Amino acid sequence: MTPIPTVLDERFRAAAAVSGDLDVAYDLLDDTPIGSLLVGVSERGLCRVGFDPEPELELERLARDFGPRVLRTPKALDLVRRELDEYFAGRRQAFDLELDLRAVPEFHRRVLDELSRVEYGHTTTYGTLAARVGSPRAARAVGTVMNRNPLPIVLPCHRVVGASGSLTGYGGGLDRKEWLLRLEGALL
Amino acid sequence: MARTGVPPFERFYESHKSEVLVFLRRRAGRDRADDLFQETFLRALRAYGRLEHGEHLRAWVLTIATNAVVDAARRERPTTELAVEPAGEDVRPAVEELAPLTDGLPPKERAAVVLRYGYDLDYDAIGAALGSNEQAARQAASAGVRRLRKEKEQR
Repeated sequence: MTPIPTVLDERFRAAAAVSGDLDVAYDLLDDTPIGSLLVGVSERGLCRVGFDPEPELELERLARDFGPRVLRTPKALDLVRRELDEYFAGRRQAFDLELDLRAVPEFHRRVLDELSRVEYGHTTTYGTLAARVGSPRAARAVGTVMNRNPLPIVLPCHRVVGASGSLTGYGGGLDRKEWLLRLEGALL
Repeated sequence: MARTGVPPFERFYESHKSEVLVFLRRRAGRDRADDLFQETFLRALRAYGRLEHGEHLRAWVLTIATNAVVDAARRERPTTELAVEPAGEDVRPAVEELAPLTDGLPPKERAAVVLRYGYDLDYDAIGAALGSNEQAARQAASAGVRRLRKEKEQR
């Protein structure tokens, strides 16, 4: 295999990022305080934040949900990267990003919409969220929605805890949930 | 795999970028190959959403690369008759009609026939796609056509 010059590769990816022909532009952020993240944007907005990405699986999933034109284009993620950096540095409490939730089922979207109202530094419970979407007995279903949240951190499922105050669970692992809540001052 | 069998573009690009660059350098020279590389993959990206399956992607991208070379040559020498016939923008329907007819051919002959008459590739590109050369591609295609004729006569 002839290695292709880096400059050629970068030039194509930059051109693709502004071509308007991509279904999803993504990048891997390797150096966040909570490990590596895969972030993806569609023309409508942020469509994926993934922990410990296994690119092979993630790319297939993105292609399935949004279309096969999925390409790593760091330039297209500049805004997302900056807002996440600011959040991790404690300089940002809310994200000003458009979100693309078209691949999310209706009930999940309602729950995530309620979730987005839980403010920085505060926590809520699965049961409370369930009650807010009008299904007070659906705490377990709310747990499933949190587990499948396509935009963790930005849609703050880390702020949802058990009725007893225990952290309960987190798609990205409990260590990360704890780290995020400490960052926000919600956990001492 | 995605439902359609079309891999994410990132995979397709990573799998073929090196070969496409080598192909373009050979066809258009080192100087022009860089621009044609970007042109080829931007064209491929534009068409990628219309693919219905993930087969023959190597031949497909080499077809696009060939077209990019032809178009660039035409821009430079608009009055010159070109030796290479450009394939149409969307060549897949022809391939779909052709593929079932050639099912019984030996793999190399089948590929050569499909690439020649389905993808409209010239023999040089077919040779590249098959990992051989122009002459071998020409022989494989004509052997395939002869075999198909014979089968038709016997039916």
